[in-house]
Amino acid sequence: MHRWDFASVLANTDALLVGAIGTLHIFAICLVLGLGLGLVVGLGRYAQSRWLYWPATAFVEFFRNTPVLVQILWFYFALPILLPFSVSPLAAASLGISLNSAAFSAEIYRGGIQSIERGQWDGARALGMNWRQAMRRIILPQALKRMMPALTNRAIEIFKMSTLASAVAYVELLQQGKLIASLNFNPIEAYTAVAVIFFVFLWPLVQFTYVLERRLARDE
Amino acid sequence: MYKWDFTPVLANADLLAAGLVNTLKITGTSLACGLVLGLALALLRLSKHRWASWPAGFVIEVFRTTPPLVQLFWFFFALPLIVGIEMTPFMAAVVTFSIQSAAFFAEVFRAGIVSIERGQWDGARAIGMTHGQALRRIVLPQAVKRMIPAFMERTIELMKTTTLVATIAYADLLYAANEISQKTFRPLETFTVVALIYFVVITAFSLVARRLERRMAISGESTVH
Amino acid sequence: MTILKVSGLAKRFAGHEVLRGIDLDVTKGERIAVLGASGSGKSTLLRCLNFMEMPDAGTVTLDGKTIGRRESELTLVRQRIGMVFQQFNLFPHMTALGNVMEGLRTVRRMPRDQARARAEKELARVGLADKAANYPAHLSGGQKQRVAIARALAMDPELLLFDEPTSALDPELVGEVLGVIRSLAEEGCTMLLVTHELGFAYHVATRVIFLADGMIHEQGTPDEVLKHPKKERTQSFLARHKEFSL
Repeated sequence: MHRWDFASVLANTDALLVGAIGTLHIFAICLVLGLGLGLVVGLGRYAQSRWLYWPATAFVEFFRNTPVLVQILWFYFALPILLPFSVSPLAAASLGISLNSAAFSAEIYRGGIQSIERGQWDGARALGMNWRQAMRRIILPQALKRMMPALTNRAIEIFKMSTLASAVAYVELLQQGKLIASLNFNPIEAYTAVAVIFFVFLWPLVQFTYVLERRLARDE
Repeated sequence: MYKWDFTPVLANADLLAAGLVNTLKITGTSLACGLVLGLALALLRLSKHRWASWPAGFVIEVFRTTPPLVQLFWFFFALPLIVGIEMTPFMAAVVTFSIQSAAFFAEVFRAGIVSIERGQWDGARAIGMTHGQALRRIVLPQAVKRMIPAFMERTIELMKTTTLVATIAYADLLYAANEISQKTFRPLETFTVVALIYFVVITAFSLVARRLERRMAISGESTVH
Repeated sequence: MTILKVSGLAKRFAGHEVLRGIDLDVTKGERIAVLGASGSGKSTLLRCLNFMEMPDAGTVTLDGKTIGRRESELTLVRQRIGMVFQQFNLFPHMTALGNVMEGLRTVRRMPRDQARARAEKELARVGLADKAANYPAHLSGGQKQRVAIARALAMDPELLLFDEPTSALDPELVGEVLGVIRSLAEEGCTMLLVTHELGFAYHVATRVIFLADGMIHEQGTPDEVLKHPKKERTQSFLARHKEFSL
């Protein structure tokens, strides 16, 4: 029976802290890029014009139907061949995760916007609002409220995907876990610690999603 | 201007094929185990006894709140030391993905079973069926039909998640990509080809899934969302 | 003076011709009631006037200037022609006051205090000053419609279009909305009113138009069309609505 020894892990809290900062850093980047680009692509998916709809659809189909890790490795190993400079682990991982998240959140945005009834567009247009004003003031505020659970879920997924950056040796929590495990020969404690840290981070967010879903169901 | 050359990659088509087969092997095995385990978890969750529903709930929560790659590492590096058995990458992968899929399916099963209206239960009990018989003969068959879209969706997810095994040196398609890229010094062509293979396989599967969903919608079956 | 001139207006939906050539002149201060059976094109006509639907043929001229098809021009037109909908179409995420202010703030770019003061005035005008801070979800149907009217009035429209404003209301709430429309009429508001409330139309309108098969079948004063209709279809339509005593 294995004797659990967390002392070796606790001795490396600074390494874990560095990892946590790395995780939060890439999470923030991919959250903003992913959900931001997702809105643009989502609007493209909602558009009437062929020139917007088909490229947006191609983007969504491609980045939803290819694994994120393949994309990350492509950006890290393949893209530098075409560019005059190399791609950092952070850049490669951020690109892969963000583009993937953009594709998924685009569908969330499209669904949310489509769910707003036509009458709201009528009310806005009858006042003389143009498309942008109607979107900004009337449609999106209502749609965002409905999309909050799904978007929060996306954020949770992005947070979990940050661990994939360890595949290109970006310094985040899992990468630090690997480091600690290899230096101290304590993979059990090291990986358990990493798992616990993620759980502690994410559990409140997951509970928050349930609260959001319940509140939404109540309001609708 | 870079000169693309796919021939070295295609020369290693056998490695690619083997990788793809391994990817499908893991996907299939994990899916099958995950389904069975997921049903068990769902029934435990629905049980009135707390000693059953709480641990099941705990497992589900933990597997949804921790990253898959961390789970994989834990099962490959940590578990063997605790339990004292040798874990091959394949075993670690299947165990991880099965439990992960089970956590997902458990929720789908639970929602599916719960979504069958009371009337079906009442009808079954009224003709004298026990709870177990009602579940097996009346409720589950209907619930399962409604869950097919979620099942398809999960399969697609799993096909993508299996790429994680490349990090523990299991020879799946992504691992093959790494190998070939290092052999041929053609990372651009290699990874592009592999990305396209994944895209084609997954898109094909999702088109089949969508056709199936449409066929079911036409036949009057509603689907659980 | 003619505010709005419509000639040859035509609109088809999915192969079906809903409007087959409407000619209409609206002078300032006129109150025109538009009647007709379901599917006669009443709502479509109204929605074409402020280009919420794009006509397939014909012209609409506002204050002597023919309206083109460019969206930038149409948004300006819609600022001058107000519309009140059967389903109210209030913005649920804003209070009553917010709804009435919205056009002034976002479209007219009025400063907040000025817009608020104006909005409060309009809400008082429709008798809802005390409901300014309420959200639409907490308002009755009649109150919602009155807020919608205030919202349209805040834009100082030259012409108000009412698309069956009371059809979605419970019977006991109809009166409060009709009361507001009547007082607007007394103040000289130019309006087109699609309605099934024939009694109301009789007392408030200066002209009545009866639509059938996408064309103006008969028109005249309320007395002419509602009390002494000349054409057979008008007569049978009115006979079917006999429960409204004139």
